Amino acid sequence: MPYGPHAADDRARMLEAIGVPSVDALFDDIPEPLRASPLRLDDPEPELELSARLAALAGRNRVDLASFLGAGAYRHWSPATVDQMLLRGEWYTAYTPYQPEVSQGTLQSIYEYQSLLAELTALDVVSASHYDGGAATAEAALMTCRATRRDRILVSRAVHPHYRQTLETYAQGAGLVADEVPLVADGPLAGTTDLAALERMLADPYRPVAGVVVAQPNVLGLLEDMPDAGRLAHAAGALFVSVIEPVSLAVLAPPGEYGADIAAGEGQPLGIPLSYGGPYLGIVACTDALVRQIPGRLVGLTTDLDGRRAFVMTLRAREQDIRREKAASNICTNQALLALAASIYVATIGPHGLRDVAALGAARAAELEAALAAAGAPRAHDGPYLNEFVVRVPDAPALHARLLDRGVLAGIPTASLLPDEPSLADGLLVCATEVTTAADIDRFASALRLELAGATATGGVR
Amino acid sequence: MVPGDLRYTKEHEWVRVDGDEATVGITQYAADQLGDIVFVELPGAGRALDQFATFGVVESVKAVSDLFAPVSGEVTGANDALAGQPELVNSDPYGGGWMVKLRLSEPAQLDQLLDPAAYEQLVAEG
Repeated sequence: MPYGPHAADDRARMLEAIGVPSVDALFDDIPEPLRASPLRLDDPEPELELSARLAALAGRNRVDLASFLGAGAYRHWSPATVDQMLLRGEWYTAYTPYQPEVSQGTLQSIYEYQSLLAELTALDVVSASHYDGGAATAEAALMTCRATRRDRILVSRAVHPHYRQTLETYAQGAGLVADEVPLVADGPLAGTTDLAALERMLADPYRPVAGVVVAQPNVLGLLEDMPDAGRLAHAAGALFVSVIEPVSLAVLAPPGEYGADIAAGEGQPLGIPLSYGGPYLGIVACTDALVRQIPGRLVGLTTDLDGRRAFVMTLRAREQDIRREKAASNICTNQALLALAASIYVATIGPHGLRDVAALGAARAAELEAALAAAGAPRAHDGPYLNEFVVRVPDAPALHARLLDRGVLAGIPTASLLPDEPSLADGLLVCATEVTTAADIDRFASALRLELAGATATGGVR
Repeated sequence: MVPGDLRYTKEHEWVRVDGDEATVGITQYAADQLGDIVFVELPGAGRALDQFATFGVVESVKAVSDLFAPVSGEVTGANDALAGQPELVNSDPYGGGWMVKLRLSEPAQLDQLLDPAAYEQLVAEG
C-alpha cells in the first residue's frame, strides 16, 4: 500500500469521475502567466556579501519620518515583556492544540486571550482569533446570514475599504449580497453613516437584511451613533455587527453595552508591531445566542476525571474538520502567536494602562488638530473623534508627497483611501497615538505651514 | 423495541400522525448511536419543509447529524424543552424528546416511509 495519499491511479480515477482530462485542466481558469512556475534563483552568495546587500535594502526604509499614518494599523509602545515572553520556545508548537493532555499551556493561553477580549468587548464569546480585521469582519457578516437565514448584508461605507472588499469577496462566493450604506455628506453628522438611508434600506420588505455592519470609530476616525444603528438593525430583525479598534474600547462604550450582537476588528494595536500587511490578528466576539455560529477554535474551561481544572477545545461541531461542508467557516485558522502577543500586552499594561494609552492618544490628537488648524489645515468634519481625523488641504495627494520630502508622513490622502467619496477629494486622514510627540506635531505643523505658504506665494498654481 | 404506531425514515427519524399534524423525532437507535446529545438546532414555526429536506441539526459529544423531514409540511412548533434538556432525546426519544410538529401538506407521502417491521429490519441489518 503506498504511503502517499494520492497515488497515480487514485488521481486517474478521481479525474475520470469528475470528467476532467488532467490535473492541469483544473487550473484552466487561471491565466498562464499567473500560475506557479519553477523558481529560478541566483547562485548563492557568501553570507558577508548577502548581509551587506540586505542591510542596503533595509536602509531604503524611511525610519526618520514623523508619522501620522493610521487608517487601520496603529503605532503603539509595547512593553519589552511582550517580545521577551513571545520568544519563549514553549510557544513554538502546534497552533491548534488537538490533544489537551499534552497542550494545557497553549490551551490556557488561548483561553486567557478569549477572556481578556470578552472583557474588553463586553460580549460573551470570543473565538481563538482569525487572520486580520478584514477576515474577521467578513466572518461576522456571514454569521448574521446563517443566524437569520437571510442573504443580504448592509455595510457602512465608513467601514475600512479593505474590510468591505474582503466582505464582498466572501459574500460573492457564498451567494450573498453586500449593499453599502452611504455617508452623510454635510452638516454636523458629515462623514458618519447615514442612518436615515440605513432605515430606508432596512425597510425593503422583499429584501430582508441579515446584518448591519458599522465601524466605531469609523474609517474617518469619527464616532458613530452605535446605539441608534443597532436599534434600527434589530427593529428590522437584523443582527448588528460593530467593527471595533480594541484600544479604543478602554474609553468608548464596548459593543456589548450598546446592543451589538457581534464585534469584529483588527487586533494589531494590542502589542503587535506594524509590518507591511501583517501578520495581524482578527478579533471576533459575539453573544451567547450566536455561539454555534462563531467560526474558529474556542477553548473552554472544564475539569478532568480527577476534578482538576482543565482546558479543552469546545463546541467542535462548528469546525471544518468535524462537519466540513457545514462548518461555520472553511477560511479559518487561528493566529495563535499574535493572539498571545495581544494577551501579554493587555495583561501587562492592565485596564488602567490601556485607558491611559487611549486617553493619551486622544489628547495628542487634540493637540495635533489645534496645530494643523493653526497652520491652515482645519478639520473636514464637525463630529467627535477619538484619535484620528480628516483635515482639508488643497491638492492633498501632491501635498502629501511634498510633506514626505520634508520628513513628514502626513497620514493618507482620503482620495486614495476612499476614491469613491467625492466630498473627501481634498483631505488627509491623520492619526496620533501615545507615541506621537510634541516635536513630531511641531514638525508636521511647520512643514505644512511652509508648503501652504509656498502654494499661496505662487498664487496657488500647481 | 420499535413503537408500532409510527412511520420511519432510512435516516432514523420517526413520524407520528394525528389528523393533519405530524410530530417528528429521531429513533432510540439513532439516539443510542449518536451518544449523549448536547444540542438540537430546530426550525422556527412557519418554515415550509419539503420531504427529506434538512430541518435541523442534532449534536452529540461525538458527532453532528442533519435532521431530515419525513414528510412535506409547514412547521407549526418545535420542542423548546430540548434547548435546556437535550438529553431528553436519549432518555425519551418517542415522547419528551420529540423535535418538531408539521402541518402535513401531502399525506400520501406517508406511504413512502418505512413501517415498523421494515424499520426494525433496517436496524437489525445495521
